[in-house]
Amino acid sequence: MRNKTPRSARRSGRRGPLASIVLIALGLAATGGAYAAFSSVSANASVDLSSPAVIDEGSKLFAANCATCHGMQAQGTADGPSLIGVGAASVDFQVGTGRMPMARSGPQAEVKPVQFTAEQTSALAAYVASLAPGPAIPSQTQLENGNASNGGELFRINCAMCHNVAGAGGALTEGKYAPTLKGVAAVHVYEAMLTGPQNMPVFNNLNLTPSEKKDIIAYLAYNEANPSPGGLELGSLGPVSEGLFLWIFGLGSIVALTVWITAKSN
Amino acid sequence: MSTVATNQQSGFIGKASNYLDERTSISGAVKEFGRKIFPDHWSFLLGEVALYSFVIILLSGSFLTFFFQASMSPVEYAGSYVPLKGVEMSAAMSSTLDISFDLRGGLLMRQIHHWAALLFVAAIGLHMLRVFFTGAFRKPRELNWSIGFVLFVLAMAEGFTGYSLPDDLLSGNGLRIIDGMVNAVPVVGTWITFLLFGGEFPGNDIVGRLYTLHILLLPAIVLIFIVMHLMFVIIHKHTQYPGPGKTEDNVVGFPILPVYAAKAGGFFFIVFGIVALMASLVTINPIWAYGPYDPSPVSAGTQPDWYIGFADGALRLIPPHLETVWLGYVWSWNILIPMIILVVFLLVVFIYPFVEAWVTGDKREHHLLDRPRNAPTRTAIGAAGVTFYAVLWAAASSDIIATHFKVTMEGVINTLQILLILGPIIAFSIAKRTCLALQKKDRTMALHGFETGRIVRMPGGEYIEVHQQLDVYDRWKLVSFNDNAPLMLRPNTKGKITGGMRLRVRMSHWFFEERIAPVSSVEHQLELENTHH
Repeated sequence: MRNKTPRSARRSGRRGPLASIVLIALGLAATGGAYAAFSSVSANASVDLSSPAVIDEGSKLFAANCATCHGMQAQGTADGPSLIGVGAASVDFQVGTGRMPMARSGPQAEVKPVQFTAEQTSALAAYVASLAPGPAIPSQTQLENGNASNGGELFRINCAMCHNVAGAGGALTEGKYAPTLKGVAAVHVYEAMLTGPQNMPVFNNLNLTPSEKKDIIAYLAYNEANPSPGGLELGSLGPVSEGLFLWIFGLGSIVALTVWITAKSN
Repeated sequence: MSTVATNQQSGFIGKASNYLDERTSISGAVKEFGRKIFPDHWSFLLGEVALYSFVIILLSGSFLTFFFQASMSPVEYAGSYVPLKGVEMSAAMSSTLDISFDLRGGLLMRQIHHWAALLFVAAIGLHMLRVFFTGAFRKPRELNWSIGFVLFVLAMAEGFTGYSLPDDLLSGNGLRIIDGMVNAVPVVGTWITFLLFGGEFPGNDIVGRLYTLHILLLPAIVLIFIVMHLMFVIIHKHTQYPGPGKTEDNVVGFPILPVYAAKAGGFFFIVFGIVALMASLVTINPIWAYGPYDPSPVSAGTQPDWYIGFADGALRLIPPHLETVWLGYVWSWNILIPMIILVVFLLVVFIYPFVEAWVTGDKREHHLLDRPRNAPTRTAIGAAGVTFYAVLWAAASSDIIATHFKVTMEGVINTLQILLILGPIIAFSIAKRTCLALQKKDRTMALHGFETGRIVRMPGGEYIEVHQQLDVYDRWKLVSFNDNAPLMLRPNTKGKITGGMRLRVRMSHWFFEERIAPVSSVEHQLELENTHH
């Protein structure tokens, strides 16, 4: 073996020392990329939600993962509400953001890593939508080209009291909370307004018209794409984090400097 | 006086100063102030930080007045911030947005102004704590404490009026709370708010009125009080920490000229630098995110700036539904009680030096500071006060505590309600016990010296650890403090004992019943003789 030249080693099928690293990197990139692709792309029009095969697939997934709380016919049990009539939008939001299946009972379902692929989520949505009519998943054209300044006004009037003017989230009663809106996909924002998940009220199409919903999404997208012109945002929490920053970093560093100025030289 | 026969000066500086002196007699003042001695300790610079932040506020504020329009007349925003384009807002809000987005350096100036304002009040607060815990407010400085207290309140008023000027959503909500508080005052409340707002809230006048207060009246009063405050510092001379060579009759330190002036001047630029650094790196008061004021929306996480937080916290902690209808008026105890608590708290801070002087019956002048441990009851009162304030302050962020620590809002409020009452009591006793324990440790150190870790076997078989006596300089720090005994109840010249005297004696006992006496020289001598057998 020792006498073999590198060339013959390669020919004999042995890998070079870098090969395993390259393989691992490739594998990581592939799985990571696939994961990112699956988790960011939610159920979309590529799956036909009305096809019996998809509905059947969804029904099986539902029986395996959801029926314990929501009942075999999605009729609801003591542990979970009926899903008849909640529509595909509701399922896409709850499952697509990882809120469902719930990790545990609590004040409200928390966001966690998404458990189903986009196809599976679509299948579940198709199954629930097949039970009774309900809000559908919005199409891409319903999410684009809104007016950010109108959206800002609507956001302040309708959303800011729970989600905070900057969408940083806020507290509700009994341990419930309005989550931050940073990093939430536009389709999920739309579905949330449409279906009123957790403690959120429903903003139906009479309350906020589809074009107004589009405006709100445009406002949130603007904020996400344009960080504060003033510098670090400190979590966009307002005067509390500003006060903490001042006392800890501002006054803290000034006190440290006073000590330095008055220190006796040795 | 020195205007004659000083012509031997040569060179430009000599001639120039001679020219000035012959016309202004300024050399007397320079001699007087230039030779003022200031002791060197980091905690003596906290007041200076407040002064320097005020200077920064004046400079940056003047810049802002050039561009700000204190008017509530509605305009349609046409500046460069996209999400507010075409939105109707007041001229105040619109001009503040223009300062932020369309004026070169405007946003930096706004942020410098606001950060410096937060620093101003914080530095005052820390300075007050230093003065309190070292007993620097004692005779002859009680009045200067009062002046400083007024400055603290004025600083909060300055802050609040400034915070309300941009007429954004957050500040409008703040004004609404003030409006509600004033309305809760029986009988006159409604009249006062109508007077203040020029009609029903929010009206069209409030920004203009607050502007006048913010840039004219309040700064003028602040300036007068700062001048008085500093004059008193000059008149009283600066206090100093106890130490070898430091007595009630001297001040050990550096003269203003040249050392102290150079240090203080440099320190101004350090403070300015820190404020500028914060202002250039960290957003403060992003009014573009809050949007223009509109009475209907309120954002989650609406809070005042930190120094008004304790008042907001008091409103959050009061149990709900405390209202009675009496004489045809609604008495909103849920607003009145917090207001009364805040006023009483501030009043106690204001009069504390006079109360302590009365209780202790101490008429001596004090230029040497107390180490906090050597005044256990005062330190404990201070700790209780700080705890009380801190709980109110924390309550102002109850919602943010709830979301960030994943606890319920009700749980946070209830915990803080209990802490508001129990916390100061616990803090008082812990602080007092700690002070007494530290005093005991000091006493042992002064008597026996420190443990050397050297174990010696005596001829009789006994093992002892050798203690090394402190040197005289170190010992002096541990033994030189006032020993205050509780007052005795003695009849006055008319042979009577009044209720006030009883109260005073009872308070005095509460102050000084438990105390550790400093080591006297006789005690120390005896101890030395004992150990040297």
